Amino acid sequence: MRPAGAAPAPSSSGLPGVALPGTSVLAMGRAARESSPGGEAWRRFRANRLGPLGLVIVLLLVLLAIGAPLIAPYPYDKPDFGAAWQFPSRQHLMGTDGIGRDFFSRIVYGARTSLAIGLSAQAIALTLGILLGLAAGMRGGMVDFVVMRLVDAVWAFPRLLFAIMLLTVLGSGFTNVLFAIAVTGWIPICRLTRAQLLGQREQEYVAAARAIGATERRVARVHLLPNIMGPIIVALTLGVPEAIFAEAGLSFLGIGINPPIPSWGQMVGESVSTIRFYWHLALFPAVMIGLTMLGFVLMGDGLRDALDPRSRS
Amino acid sequence: MGRYILLRLGGLAGVLIAVSVVTFVLMHLIPGGPYDEEKMPLSEEAKANILRSYGLDKPLWQQYLLFAGNALRFEFGYSYQSPGETVTQLISRVWTVSLQLGALTLAVAIPLGLGLGIVAASHRNSWLDNFVTLLATAGIVLPTFVVGILLILLFSNTLHWLPTGGWEGPRTWVMPVIAYALGPAGIIARYTRTCVIEGAGADYVRTARAKGLREGAVMWRHVLRNAAIPILTIAGPLVPDLLTGSIFIETIFRIPGLGSYFVTSVYQRDYPMIMTLALLAAFVVSIAYLSTDLIYLAIDPRIRLAS
Repeated sequence: MRPAGAAPAPSSSGLPGVALPGTSVLAMGRAARESSPGGEAWRRFRANRLGPLGLVIVLLLVLLAIGAPLIAPYPYDKPDFGAAWQFPSRQHLMGTDGIGRDFFSRIVYGARTSLAIGLSAQAIALTLGILLGLAAGMRGGMVDFVVMRLVDAVWAFPRLLFAIMLLTVLGSGFTNVLFAIAVTGWIPICRLTRAQLLGQREQEYVAAARAIGATERRVARVHLLPNIMGPIIVALTLGVPEAIFAEAGLSFLGIGINPPIPSWGQMVGESVSTIRFYWHLALFPAVMIGLTMLGFVLMGDGLRDALDPRSRS
Repeated sequence: MGRYILLRLGGLAGVLIAVSVVTFVLMHLIPGGPYDEEKMPLSEEAKANILRSYGLDKPLWQQYLLFAGNALRFEFGYSYQSPGETVTQLISRVWTVSLQLGALTLAVAIPLGLGLGIVAASHRNSWLDNFVTLLATAGIVLPTFVVGILLILLFSNTLHWLPTGGWEGPRTWVMPVIAYALGPAGIIARYTRTCVIEGAGADYVRTARAKGLREGAVMWRHVLRNAAIPILTIAGPLVPDLLTGSIFIETIFRIPGLGSYFVTSVYQRDYPMIMTLALLAAFVVSIAYLSTDLIYLAIDPRIRLAS
């Protein structure tokens, strides 16, 4: 992979952070500066040309979500029946929907829904997944068996059908959509945490820590967790678009986020029956979902190159 | 080998039982029943009659055992939402459409993915490679309904080449199949590229070249044959998704397939249909995983079962 931009290519590419005996003090100093773990990861992240593009898209989305009240020219939920079904114009940048709400404002506020679902679903997934993964990987035995059978059972179930039934039982809306997504969202993180633990547990540094009398809890917190975080961060980044996709899908089917709260998936779903005439109602939310997914996945792929030791060339 | 298959089939039975129990419990947790007043105004007696004829007056555990017993004989009862039709008749009618869509999609996705992957690998790091990688990533990442919407806007609204939906002949097949195939094709393309690049550096490939084999033969007989296993691992699990119908594709393109019944059956409390759909989905998924593993054994002599 070639480094991007005009910056001179860093010379160190073999073993990060390792200065060989016999190299000059000057060279050691440079190696240390260039290959601190964070610096090394950042260099690898930039070397992947699409990663930074993803980062920019994600940052723009975050700005859109935070600044929604400043950016949106109209309230997202105020109907204006005299101005219904308008095509994009100077007054309404993206036109208006069937009851005259400004579509641009709804698109802007939709960023909040997507990001809120994506981030909070991953926060839940992280907590549940790491705790159960740690329990299974560190304790082993019966705990491991029970957790892994739970994982198998949840995973074998047809997920869409499960979400539909759950939302019919609980009713639609933000919290319940979040719950329906989180119920299965923790599984990849749990599996990954456990698998990473099993791989790292037998490493020499862990044996060394045990030999000098570290408790099991200290081994987990100080030695194991920092060493398995890289792949988990990558999985989390890739889990965000999955949660966003799930929300968009459920809202598309009309069982996700309830109007008037705007959700891009819901907008696409509502636009299908009128797509022949009112193209703007379909195009803008579809493009926003696509951009969001692309942004997070490209950023995640870049992070994988930067953080995942297995993918280092 | 026979023992292994038997064990796996036993596991499959376990999964099906678990899925049926969870579905049954969840579906009866949903408030309301199939014959509530707001859906159809009936006299008390008429309602009681209907409930009795469908066995809905019995305790839940009896209802479950009754369903399970009948399911073992492949009888799944009558669908409530389509009166006069058994669940089996209804499913075979609508599943045919979903299977056509799925088969067409596979027929497009597999050659497309393999082709793109091979092209990208043999022009490694060129603009063509970058283009294929970006296309594959977009295919994997973009939800089918987003691709579907964009296709309609382009080919129906703007160019007026294709109808917006329906399922009546090749012209209506084009867009749903493309929208559906891009994801699997992208996944296959990415893995094919990686596998072909790895394989191309192997000693046996160098030997094959050294003895004067043509490039095409090297690719087919040596590189691709060895790439088949990792590609299969990835492609296998994609098949069940394609065969059980996509509710999103079918909604956008107004295709009368199985997909939409996953939603309508839950809405209408069509208990026999919900149960059968859950079992069907779990069965297709499990069978796909099992056959992937078996094909493995067949094509790779290095894989031996631990006895």
